[in-house]
Amino acid sequence: MSSPYHRGGWVIIMSFGIALMLTMLPLPDWAAYWRPEWATMVLIYWCMALPERVGVATGWVVGLFLDVIHGAVLGQYALALALIAYFTLTLHQRLRIYPLIQQSLIVLLLVLMQQLLITWIRGFLGQPPASLTHWLPSLTSMLLWAWMFIVLRDLRRHFRVN
Amino acid sequence: MIASIALMTLDHRQNALQGIRATLSVVVYPMQYLVNLPFDISNWASENLRTRRLLIAENSALHARELEVQVSLLKLASLERENKRLRSLLQSSSRRWERVLIAELMSIDFDPFRHQILLNKGSRDDVFVGHPLIDAAGVIGQVIYVSPITSTAMLITDPSHATPVQVNRNGLRAIAVGTGEAAILDIPHIPNNADIQEGDLLVTSGLGRRFPAGYPVAEVTTVERNPAEPFATISAVPLAHLDRAQEVLLVWAEKEDEPEEHVAQEEQEE
Repeated sequence: MSSPYHRGGWVIIMSFGIALMLTMLPLPDWAAYWRPEWATMVLIYWCMALPERVGVATGWVVGLFLDVIHGAVLGQYALALALIAYFTLTLHQRLRIYPLIQQSLIVLLLVLMQQLLITWIRGFLGQPPASLTHWLPSLTSMLLWAWMFIVLRDLRRHFRVN
Repeated sequence: MIASIALMTLDHRQNALQGIRATLSVVVYPMQYLVNLPFDISNWASENLRTRRLLIAENSALHARELEVQVSLLKLASLERENKRLRSLLQSSSRRWERVLIAELMSIDFDPFRHQILLNKGSRDDVFVGHPLIDAAGVIGQVIYVSPITSTAMLITDPSHATPVQVNRNGLRAIAVGTGEAAILDIPHIPNNADIQEGDLLVTSGLGRRFPAGYPVAEVTTVERNPAEPFATISAVPLAHLDRAQEVLLVWAEKEDEPEEHVAQEEQEE
């Protein structure tokens, strides 16, 4: 963290912390189904911006925290986020030069993939999600991606995280 | 990836990872605390910024309530004695459930598809996994994960939760299974000709040894008897204020001396 080449690790940690807090924030009932996957979005951003610092391992650890927060089987989100980190890492060169709209579409795909995985795992465990509203967060994540991207980019530039 | 699959299997098959989960929960706790803080503050503020007149009114109302409760308690003592005497005549073991602890819910949202709540009491306060939770109106659920400071509880409406119940009117035993919807419980495997009707009160049967017997759980709302089907379709609505509760009671059992014959498995089929 404190090596001369890397700085601003606390910004990354803070951003994940805030994302996890947003995940827990109580929302009114109608909005709870639309809650974007904050942690996944932050993970995608950092994997894209700093692939040499944030990667599969980070995704796995953040996912573990998500498991505890959601009260899910340990490892469920860890697996999903590790996979997402992996895909983002392989795509990061391309993602960087895409316009925001195209990035949002990729984010939609990635979050959909996460939810597909979660659905599978839940299915294995015999607790499949009851309705199609399970898929709504991917839409909100897509819509909020542009905003998220700009906020995180400005943060990164302001604190010169590299 | 292999690690996470291994983790999942371990966690699902045997509860070997209680420790890891508890440790992680402690790490997560500051975040949960922070999220909860604004709600705490607003509660505190609305409590402290009340007018004097409101407080006096509430105070007198509570006094009246307390008097009523005291009177019914007077009767309860004699009833309890009578009950004990009758039970000893019948030579059946009496079970008493003593200690209760009030836990507050933290304003934390879980996955909207799983019905779980976070309590501000943990293993420091002797909360254990499987701890029954009630509120003033009925059974709420049971604790599924414990960390030193907090604990996670599953509501009776969670799709993977089943509560052993009996009809208060005639003692017919049944299982109330959560549906994943906030106000509906499903009562499966009741034959068409069973004596159960709309408006019946369902209380915990005490089988499965997790919930103390006799606490109200739900009220039967619809009974559909279709002669073509082997079982009737019965649904019930939970009595506890599952979505509105702010405070819940944790109930401790008194140690039981007599072993019970029925060891029911229907408790938590997770």
